[in-house]
Amino acid sequence: MPKLYTFLKYFFVVLWACFVIAPFLWAISTSFKDFNSVTGGATYIPWLQFEPTLDGWSVLFKPGSQGGINIIGPYFNSIFVTLTASLISIVLGTLAAYALSRYTFKAGIVKNNDITFFFISQRIMPPVVLSIPFFIFLSSLGLLDSLAGLILVYIVLLMPIAVWIMVDFFNRVPREIDETALIDGCNPFQAFFKVVLPNSVPGMLVAGLFCIIFGWIDFFFAFILTFTKVQLLPVKIVALNSSITPWWSLSAAALVSVAPLIIVAFIVERYLSKGNLSGALK
Amino acid sequence: MSLLLDHISFKPTEEYHLNDISLRFDSGKMYTILGRTLSGKTTLLKTIAGLQTPDSGSINFEDTDFLSIPVWKRNVAMVYQQFINYPHLNVRDNIAFPLKQRKMDENLIEKEVKVAMEKVGLIGFESRKIQELSGGQQQRVALARSLAKKAKILLLDEPLVNLDYKLREGLREEFKKLFNVSDESNSILIYASTDPLEAMQLNGDIIVIDEGKILQTGTAKDVFENPATAKVAEITNDPAMNINKCLIQDNSLIMNDSVQIQIPDELKSVPNGKYLVGIRATDIFLDDQGFAFDVEISEISGSETFLHLRNKNLKCVATIEEVKTYNTNEVVKINFDKSKIYLFEESGELRHSPYQQ
Repeated sequence: MPKLYTFLKYFFVVLWACFVIAPFLWAISTSFKDFNSVTGGATYIPWLQFEPTLDGWSVLFKPGSQGGINIIGPYFNSIFVTLTASLISIVLGTLAAYALSRYTFKAGIVKNNDITFFFISQRIMPPVVLSIPFFIFLSSLGLLDSLAGLILVYIVLLMPIAVWIMVDFFNRVPREIDETALIDGCNPFQAFFKVVLPNSVPGMLVAGLFCIIFGWIDFFFAFILTFTKVQLLPVKIVALNSSITPWWSLSAAALVSVAPLIIVAFIVERYLSKGNLSGALK
Repeated sequence: MSLLLDHISFKPTEEYHLNDISLRFDSGKMYTILGRTLSGKTTLLKTIAGLQTPDSGSINFEDTDFLSIPVWKRNVAMVYQQFINYPHLNVRDNIAFPLKQRKMDENLIEKEVKVAMEKVGLIGFESRKIQELSGGQQQRVALARSLAKKAKILLLDEPLVNLDYKLREGLREEFKKLFNVSDESNSILIYASTDPLEAMQLNGDIIVIDEGKILQTGTAKDVFENPATAKVAEITNDPAMNINKCLIQDNSLIMNDSVQIQIPDELKSVPNGKYLVGIRATDIFLDDQGFAFDVEISEISGSETFLHLRNKNLKCVATIEEVKTYNTNEVVKINFDKSKIYLFEESGELRHSPYQQ
């Protein structure tokens, strides 16, 4: 019985791994193909079944005048917008979450839990509902087609995630730790920065990971709120599509755009597995 | 110097958490707050520490209004029931934290931390992480931190309750020694506990609290021998003192129609009427000529057996000095040690104690 169990366990793990890895392998393979290799039936192994070319990749870095799309500018725009918006969301979100977790707010029937829900409720709306208000809002601020405008909008989208995750995190950190810090001579700010914050790194990393993912993959707002001056990676990649679908360069673009997320996920995962808070309570 | 609590009340919801509490704590002395869970012990400690602000009343310490001083400026230390330490710091930094916060000289901190660690027996664990320690060791770290601080007021909120039996016994012995040592520092020590045995062992002044109200204060001997009310008698005994309604009529004490005993001489002056009778579980013994009771539950605790007994509407718990298994509904014959009978008025006040002069 245990043998069968072990077998099944590994079987499903391997199956799932194939399921996850196969598209990547397929994309890598496709990114080195040319038109004929893509349309001429399924081929898998370079040199043996098809002649690899760098055409798919070179399009991404050639300027528009040479028929390319040059993603380097949009790539750094995307990194800058995502990181800045995530960072601001985490900082503000953590502060808000700490207040919501530790202090009691009351305005009529509105209490802490309701406020937390208001934050996350912004994510319930379909983005399209927000598109026109955001457009008008940014245009009246003169921030359409600018990095600052995008960062502003992304903070609105990402901060609820940070607040939601961090409220839950702080609720699990024993209040007695803050109290002990106060008793040991910290004022409330010192208690937060010297004791609570160092122990909140795992929560902030998870919240950060989610913010980066949601910020990085957004296409909708990047598409609506920018035109020519500023472009983000997803919008630029879509520009590849023309009368013929260029599967090779789309594959290359997909790999390039997913790479940062994979790196971030690996770093966060490593850090999280260390586990830092287990000794807080009995 | 003393800490004075004057008519402190705290009522966050419908119920009082602290109800008109006035107490005096003198420095160099140890006090045990004894009460059941949710009786207001922790709230009282937190109020003294400054983590909670009472709705009314005042606290005075060293002739200053304590309530106007924020927590972080009051010189208090507190050890919680849960093992609360700073998980991101190692053992040494945990203990040094309050001293660093006070901006003490580095060399002095090093010295003080070492002394505190020696006291609680943690030498050799300086650079361990908190997560790598057992529960008992974690609580030692918390204790060392509170000792290193040399606070004027040391608050201990059931510090031993989450430890296993053996560790608890060991640490309690050490506590007594530690506190004797810290007597020199003239600090006030307040220890909250639910365990009457623990309170008696610590041998400080006992403050009995229930539903946020102080029921009695006095030495361990006072509270044990002359509980002010039936409630106090229940709280200060484990198992709780058996309190039952009774009728005194013509020199006999009637608990129900089949359990009636001749009253001892010292109770003969008590006028006939309705009372509450109190008998400790340890003052009930097996007796072939005694009253027949059904066993409801029997539980073995160490070298003793607790019998939960019932005779019609009359219930009581007896401690039998042997380990024996009784079946449910088995009939046992018991009797009461008449010289150890307490009598309370129907309202609860003590009417007669066997230790009364």
